[in-house]
Amino acid sequence: MNDPGTGVAPATHETSQSSAQRSDDESVRLYGLLAEFETPAAIYAAAERVRDAGYRWWDCHTPFPVHGLDRAMGIRNTILPWLVLGAGATGTMIGFVLQWFTNAASFDLWAFVWVRGYEFLVSGKPILSGPVYPIVMFELTILLAAVGCVVMMFGLNKLPMLYHPCFKSERFRRASDDRFFIVIEARDPKFYRHKTEAFLDSLGATAVEELES
Amino acid sequence: MTTLPIDNTFDDPAQRAPLVLNHHDFGTVTEKICSVNEARRAPRAWYVAFVISLGFLGIFGAMIMYLFATGVGVWGNQNPVMWGFPIINFVFWVGIGHAGTLISAILFLFRQRWRTGINRFAEAMTIFAVICAGTFPGIHIGRVWVFYWMFPIPNQMEMWPQFRSPLVWDVFAIGTYFTVSLLFWYTGMVPDLATFRDRARTKIQAIIYGILALGWRGSVRHWHRYERAYLLLAALATPLVLSVHSVVSFDFAVAQLPGWHTTIFPPYFVAGAIFSGFAMVMTLAIPARQLWGLKDFITLRHLENMTKIILVTGSMVGYAYSMEFFIAWYSGSMYESFAMLNRAFGQYAWAYWIMVTCNVLVPQVFWFRAARQSIPIMFTACLLVNLGMWFERFVIVVTSLAQDYLPSSWAYFTPTWVDLLTLAGSFGLFMTLFLLFCRYLPIIAIAEIKHTMPEALPHGHGAAHRQEPTA
Repeated sequence: MNDPGTGVAPATHETSQSSAQRSDDESVRLYGLLAEFETPAAIYAAAERVRDAGYRWWDCHTPFPVHGLDRAMGIRNTILPWLVLGAGATGTMIGFVLQWFTNAASFDLWAFVWVRGYEFLVSGKPILSGPVYPIVMFELTILLAAVGCVVMMFGLNKLPMLYHPCFKSERFRRASDDRFFIVIEARDPKFYRHKTEAFLDSLGATAVEELES
Repeated sequence: MTTLPIDNTFDDPAQRAPLVLNHHDFGTVTEKICSVNEARRAPRAWYVAFVISLGFLGIFGAMIMYLFATGVGVWGNQNPVMWGFPIINFVFWVGIGHAGTLISAILFLFRQRWRTGINRFAEAMTIFAVICAGTFPGIHIGRVWVFYWMFPIPNQMEMWPQFRSPLVWDVFAIGTYFTVSLLFWYTGMVPDLATFRDRARTKIQAIIYGILALGWRGSVRHWHRYERAYLLLAALATPLVLSVHSVVSFDFAVAQLPGWHTTIFPPYFVAGAIFSGFAMVMTLAIPARQLWGLKDFITLRHLENMTKIILVTGSMVGYAYSMEFFIAWYSGSMYESFAMLNRAFGQYAWAYWIMVTCNVLVPQVFWFRAARQSIPIMFTACLLVNLGMWFERFVIVVTSLAQDYLPSSWAYFTPTWVDLLTLAGSFGLFMTLFLLFCRYLPIIAIAEIKHTMPEALPHGHGAAHRQEPTA
């Protein structure tokens, strides 16, 4: 899960060494180049061309999800739904085992401490009262799936991450307002300081600036 | 820029009605919504409302203290009406809490784009209503110091919850509903918290909003997973929102009491919950849009759509009332027939007819377009619906318990002053939380509003899309 989602093998450490040589000033470590666009249409067209130019370590930053931009960037579908399915299925099983063990079994089980189930006999109803189980099983399915969904979504996005080179840019503050940005990272094998800047300019960026890491 | 009609309540299906009025672009949307929170001082009405709410919150705290110190005897709960105000208030508040998740989940799955104007504070309202709801069974259990016995916590006493009891199902249903609603609300808010962080003017704001925003930077790789996660949450919350009030209705329906033991209860409770929830959303939305000038985002069309939902769900509730009577007669059970006739014409007839008037008759005004577009009429109607829905729970809980099978145990339930002040105090808790939310968190989903604007489409500009027939 190290690559940013393109499905292409990540750049190796050799390329990240050589990227320093490819930047202008070796004393300041260059993180990448930030290009600003003004409309969803402009960044959409630009993203397609960055993708076609073969860059791998790059990203778009938008104030809202621009429809289809993830496809235009060539991002593969996330595996999140399968993880959520797993979390939900775990919840279903926990729901069953919990009710069966606590109300219909009388053996010892280790749940952080040794505990014993209890055969709860209520108004002569069967010990294993199947018809009442689905409710708690359903609730736990939803609970684990929803918690898992949010936790794994942020986890796959490597959030929370309170520091990021982008945040050093004053211009980037508008990424949560009304501007659209493309960042191409210096570790990308195709990154050359001047060539990439000229390329970004040619895409119609209204401004291009360096990001220090 | 094309000129938009200021009236977006037209019915022409060939035209997509604009959801944001007055020529906003992305920047002015941010500016306008953030201005609610960035103003150095809140409107005076906010301070007045906040002080009053705090007063009621104080009363709530005092009543709970008094209850804990003295015991549940301070309430009017007496044999045979052992479920008095606490359960009525619990069901009432859980019902209120249904609109938020309905708007965020079900309307999302149905691609109802107008939900974006109202979903954030409807979700907030849901969470605060569920907090109020959860308080009542919590303080009702008598021995509050062993409240954790409700949960299956491993212990050496071999003591577990009894899973054949609907009251235990409630613990799981309400617990899950609260957690999922909170996650939904927070996940939806993260991009807007990032906007707040980026606009912060003080160090404290930058730190607090910065931590809450988790370092969100609007990366499209993140948005990709985020949108998928949001869709999954909506899909998970949809059956959940329908299940919560069904499980609450099992508290009644699983019992043997005439008037409770009916299969219509789950759908009837769910319809009633959505009905009361929307009424409460409107009760809060109408003053809020006025106070902070958010009429460009919560437009008359939004309000009109909500009145339509209130009309539909109110009529469903009315259908359920009449069907209860029909089944009582059709079943041939004399106890059922007695319970129903007693409800409508017995000692609680006054409560029953308040309920019918407010819940069934009042919403019928929304058949008329003029009523759907008149702020005073819809606000009054919504207040009456809130009142009527509280009385619905009163009627259900009290009438069936006060006169059950054994005439020798019949009694008339009278609430005590503690009951009444606790109910009033719960509104204080609700409003305090809601007013704090309005002051410090984004009350309209900024990123989602931008997403629904025609300018947000990457292919060509709005004008062409605006003329496009609704897909």
